[in-house]
Amino acid sequence: MNNFLPASPVAVPLTVAALLAAVNQHIPRRLADAAAFAASAWCVFACLVLMVRSSHGLIVYWMGGWQPRSGAAIGISLAIDPFGAGAAAFASFLVLVAFIFSAHYFDSIGTLFHVLMLAFLAAMCGFSLTGDMFNLFVFFELMSAAAFALCGYKTEESGPIQGALNFAITNTIGAFMALSGIGLLYGRTGALNMAQIGKSLGQTHDGLVVVAFVMITCGFLVKAAVVPFHFWLADAHAVAPTPVCVLFSGIMVELGIYAVARVYWTIFHGALAQFEAQTRAIFVTLGVLTAIVGAFMCFAQRHIKRLLAYSTISHTGLMLVAFAMLAHGALGGLALYVVGHGLLKGALFLSAGMLLHHLGSIDELKLRGKGREAIHSVGLMLFLALGLAGVPPYGTFMGEALIDSAAEKLHYSWVSYIFMLAGIITAAAVLRVAGRIYFGWGEDLDRSQQDEGETDEGRETSGGQDIPATMFVPTLVLLALGFAISFIPGIRGEVQLAGMRFMDQAAYQQQVLEHAAPPQYKVPPEESLVPGMIRGIVATILAFLVAGLVLLPHPLRHGIEDFSGGVSFVLRPLRILHSGHMGDYVAWLTAGVAVIGGLFAWFIH
Amino acid sequence: MNQLAGEFMRMLPFLVAAWLFLVGLYGIVTSRHLVHLIMCLVVVQTSTYLLILGVGYRVGASAPIFADIPVGTPAVDPVTHALMLTDIVVEATVMALLLALAIQAEERAGSVDPEQLRIMRG
Amino acid sequence: MNRQARIALFIVSGLGFLCFYIWGLHGLPGFGHYPGPYGDIINSLTVYQRHATDAITAVNFDYRGFDTLGEEFILFTSVMGANLLLRKQKDDREQKRVVDRADDRVVPPTSDAVRVIGLALVLPIVVFGIYTIMHGQLTPGGGFQGGVILASMPLIIYLCGDYHAFEKVTSHVLSEIAEAIGAGGYAVVGLVSVALGYQYLTNFIPLGETGDVLSSGTILLISFLTGIEVAAGIVVLMISFFRQAFVYRKDGAEDGGKR
Repeated sequence: MNNFLPASPVAVPLTVAALLAAVNQHIPRRLADAAAFAASAWCVFACLVLMVRSSHGLIVYWMGGWQPRSGAAIGISLAIDPFGAGAAAFASFLVLVAFIFSAHYFDSIGTLFHVLMLAFLAAMCGFSLTGDMFNLFVFFELMSAAAFALCGYKTEESGPIQGALNFAITNTIGAFMALSGIGLLYGRTGALNMAQIGKSLGQTHDGLVVVAFVMITCGFLVKAAVVPFHFWLADAHAVAPTPVCVLFSGIMVELGIYAVARVYWTIFHGALAQFEAQTRAIFVTLGVLTAIVGAFMCFAQRHIKRLLAYSTISHTGLMLVAFAMLAHGALGGLALYVVGHGLLKGALFLSAGMLLHHLGSIDELKLRGKGREAIHSVGLMLFLALGLAGVPPYGTFMGEALIDSAAEKLHYSWVSYIFMLAGIITAAAVLRVAGRIYFGWGEDLDRSQQDEGETDEGRETSGGQDIPATMFVPTLVLLALGFAISFIPGIRGEVQLAGMRFMDQAAYQQQVLEHAAPPQYKVPPEESLVPGMIRGIVATILAFLVAGLVLLPHPLRHGIEDFSGGVSFVLRPLRILHSGHMGDYVAWLTAGVAVIGGLFAWFIH
Repeated sequence: MNQLAGEFMRMLPFLVAAWLFLVGLYGIVTSRHLVHLIMCLVVVQTSTYLLILGVGYRVGASAPIFADIPVGTPAVDPVTHALMLTDIVVEATVMALLLALAIQAEERAGSVDPEQLRIMRG
Repeated sequence: MNRQARIALFIVSGLGFLCFYIWGLHGLPGFGHYPGPYGDIINSLTVYQRHATDAITAVNFDYRGFDTLGEEFILFTSVMGANLLLRKQKDDREQKRVVDRADDRVVPPTSDAVRVIGLALVLPIVVFGIYTIMHGQLTPGGGFQGGVILASMPLIIYLCGDYHAFEKVTSHVLSEIAEAIGAGGYAVVGLVSVALGYQYLTNFIPLGETGDVLSSGTILLISFLTGIEVAAGIVVLMISFFRQAFVYRKDGAEDGGKR
């Protein structure tokens, strides 16, 4: 079992995927559903076991039995820690939910959907568990290949094709950028194992190390959709089939941040240790920018999935800020925040999917007042919006509280207001959608769409309009879990401990390369959650206020109308930048790398 | 002067790699046709081949095939070659996927000019 | 942004990026001075440990076999993805007379010389492909290279015949199944090592004599499976793309015309 368990989250879904591909179209749909369900359920189980076991020390698994020889790796290792295994478990869980949701959702084309989803799952697990730099790239590409195809699933429309193209091109460039960085590191150290590269680099921080760091980081930040690499995300998320959106927003984007953190602490931490303050400043700036741009763009949307996509961008910005604290408390908070956000965002996308299934549209303005019958989805949205604002006891609130207290110690306490701002605006946008659709509040704004892109999409479903339990229950489960994670006893201490393990570069190297015993850490004292609670509640109230201000009739209305006039007048330049033109996206990507690289070069030399 | 020339030769393959990366990106930014754009992406990838194979090269060493030469003969790095084999497969297949998307773009939007493919915006 | 603004932004930032990248490249050891140690360790071990004289194949299918598993599934996933994207739509029908969708593309008739040489090449290509796959552990070659060579066989038939000839020698269903077997087989080989009590993808077959065709244990088996997968995967891709070009037309569109 010990030989099987660590490899199984990759091996099992791949085997089942190949099996399903071989019998493509020759087996009943339900059998394919069952096989896919079983494979992803196994992954959830295996990754959870790995997570629990690795909480006492790294699980190092050498593929092919190739143990390192005198400190040099000759094979590929998995190096499993609680965060990696947790990310893989969460990814598997979301895949499981997506399979359940899609069982009665859309007509699958043979087993292709299952095959691609399972390959996607295996890639995400491998990506989270690996301890090898090139292997990370391989799984990054596998994840991308599956994601591109899934994104363009609805080939009968034009939107998905264009969204998938934008997604594919920008992400492929990001991958090549990361690969160039890996090449630089290999040229210096002659190693591909992360622990060995880190050990070999030691404290050197010359041009090569800085450039490799920036190239690899930017490559993964493209996946994480951080400004100015974020353009593809809204395009891809708005058009992908709903169950796929759950994975895109819930975990794939977050894995970009995970990879940056992983690479930073296994490879570059020693080299960049003396420049921690500068590194922190650069990433905090990027994160704050992302959070604000995402939040405002979110508020300016009427296509509900696109709105949710921009809210994801906003929240990844917050996640990058959390990473940038470079502290164990913030990392623990980040882990909780990722899970909390993933659950909420997954449930939000599923609600949007139900809306599309029920009412045949996903345009907020078209649906105005039509949501009386769709009380399921709208009611869910209402609850979920609270989570976006970070109201206790959602998981997002707990994560935020941990990040805030870590930030305070580093004299970055102002970032908690950014968290609040992003939470308020994104929650208000969702509340506005719910209010407009269910109550018919707000003016009837059905004007020309000349300066807007696609606002609607076709039904993904066929058959009746009633909502089967396979759609409603998974959404409810996600919502419930979003609450429940805050109540796991001792969770705050556990994630902080995991954060300490994650950050201990020397211990990581010794455990991977020399079979050393894991060090023990002390559980940090629990801090008061009261300030976090107050912030969460205030943010929620403000979110209601903002949504009400936009929707309800009152004298100030005309100043702040959301789709024309006030807000959108301010936002117009920002919206024009999101041009949908691939060339623009790539130009911004280059500019981003140049600026981030320039800043690092400036600070370090 | 000689020193500079020596330095230049020492760096030449890597400079070409950097140049290819940039030229490929330029092609993507200015492209008016998806197929052209996808080929520019191939150019960007070619840069990674050159960089990584260049890194693994050793002057005067033979290929790492020990069929006709004894073990211990200086040979270039086999790992970079294996990595690039992976990279080539990745490229070939991702390009197939992108070209399939390009065909569908022509089909659905009636154009392969990125300028015209801008449903998603704002 | 308009075109000028875009190009201006790119040129400024691209030059910045170039300078930055070159700054990093400057830190590399000079071209031709590979410092090791990874490659040197592999070079000194592969013949003794794996009885394989081609170190690259040994790295691909054994030392870093897990990478190659991922890589094979990238191929597999992309083929499935292309299959999905180029599938027959609800409003598509299969036209009876096979005509290229690009009506302005004039294809000159195949000359007899091309036809004769092409047909004469078919058998040697198959033999060479299998040879390349089976000798991967000894000399340059292996599943990827051999698979591509094998897959060029139907393409040659298309070149010296026409789409009908291509259709006759290929089968979509069979290629799909072969592809899945190739890819899944690789994952299963790993599971067999686990069942035998080793780590995933450990070489469990006797290594044989160095220099023999049947040597290097699982390296040969995986190389063989990869060959099947690559050949079949590329054939599936060709079929998907050819069908888009030659067979599918929108309802109501005339046979032979643009779609």
